[in-house]
Amino acid sequence: MARAFAALFMREWRLAWRARARLLQPLAFAALATLLLALGMGPEPEPLAAAAPSLLWAVALLAAFLASSGLFRAEFEDGGLELWRTCGLPLAWLLLAKLAAHALLVSAPLALASPLLAVWLGLPAAGIGALLASLALGLPVLCWVGALAAALTLGLPRGGLLLALVALPLYVPVLVFGSASVHAAVAGLPTAGPLTLLAALGLLALCLAPPAAAAALRAGQD
Amino acid sequence: MLTRYLFLASPPAFCARAGRWLPWLWTLAALGLAAGLVWGLALAPPDYQQGEAYRIIYVHVPAAWLSLLAYLAMAAAGAAALIWHLKVAEAAVAECAALGASFTAVALATGMLWGKPMWGTWWQWGDARLVSELVLLFLYLGVLGLHNAIAEPRRAARVAAVLALAGVVNVPIVHYSVEWWNTLHQGATVSKFAAPSAHPSMLWPLLFMGAAFALYFAAALLARVRAALLEREADRGWAAEFLDG
Repeated sequence: MARAFAALFMREWRLAWRARARLLQPLAFAALATLLLALGMGPEPEPLAAAAPSLLWAVALLAAFLASSGLFRAEFEDGGLELWRTCGLPLAWLLLAKLAAHALLVSAPLALASPLLAVWLGLPAAGIGALLASLALGLPVLCWVGALAAALTLGLPRGGLLLALVALPLYVPVLVFGSASVHAAVAGLPTAGPLTLLAALGLLALCLAPPAAAAALRAGQD
Repeated sequence: MLTRYLFLASPPAFCARAGRWLPWLWTLAALGLAAGLVWGLALAPPDYQQGEAYRIIYVHVPAAWLSLLAYLAMAAAGAAALIWHLKVAEAAVAECAALGASFTAVALATGMLWGKPMWGTWWQWGDARLVSELVLLFLYLGVLGLHNAIAEPRRAARVAAVLALAGVVNVPIVHYSVEWWNTLHQGATVSKFAAPSAHPSMLWPLLFMGAAFALYFAAALLARVRAALLEREADRGWAAEFLDG
């Protein structure tokens, strides 16, 4: 079982590395969305800096959502999903490997690029540490919940908008705690509370997302 | 003991049972709603602060209760559909979602109509119950959208059931995440069972309306599940017999 986990994890890394330009797509999306929001806010720097924690978190959330949307499409189309289901190993265990790799590959670039976007929007320097920490804790949760939504809508025609309807309500707590931690850091308040809650959500999602996604794949694909 | 509930496992037995119960449930629900409306809107005393405007709680609060109760019913039906593959439970998932979404919409609309004169605003982002009720509406819409997108009804029900169960985890988390912000909503009127903050002359009609709403939910759910089962099994002998007889 451990060997299957490691093999699947490494497969995801190799696939991502061979198509590494694709890893940058969420970053390009985040930069463009930030650009649109900043232009929509107008040229005054103060309101933009005040809204920066919320804007940055919303942008990162949408980028993680879009990155998770096609998560199982390749396996669905080439039949790999069938093999996972019938290979005798628990499907949730295999999905845990895939989801772990997916969360790392999406969250790490977005979190590492976020200080650039933060400086661009004029976020006070005091908030950058909390932004990094909250994104590092919160983005994996969004990836895993997004993976559940992707499993639920797999193979449906015109699944895109439906995917948003399914996933975005489940994103609410992460956004609330994430942007709350950055707002608190900017205001000079302690950030341990929201960050701890984000970590708790992460553990909850880590435990529940693989079996839930496995149940969704089994329910939808027979 | 368990044999009493075996009719839930068989669509024909369920439809026969629902057919016997439905006239009683509809009558009780209609009488209860009519009596509760008269009691709440005319007979109960006006509030010492909010005057007559508070009377919207006789619609708003039962609708909010039922929006949560319908969610629990949907999740229970979803669990039964996933575990035992009961056709009746599978049919109940989407029907609970449709009813629950309408209760949620009623609770939100009446809440906003109430909020404008009482709080001076239609909407308050910092209020945990408002925001979690809105998220609840979107969860219902997600379940309905997912159910509609899958053509095969049994598979649609099982996929929707997974989302319904995921939402059960989510709703309390949303509630407490928003509750952190300062909240404007007045404290719960009834949940403190030891000493409810409402006077009994206002509380009893509220509980009565809650029971009437629950009866309506039960009647509408049975009728809708029966219709859904008959539609799905229209090519089976028992459905034709049921519709003829």
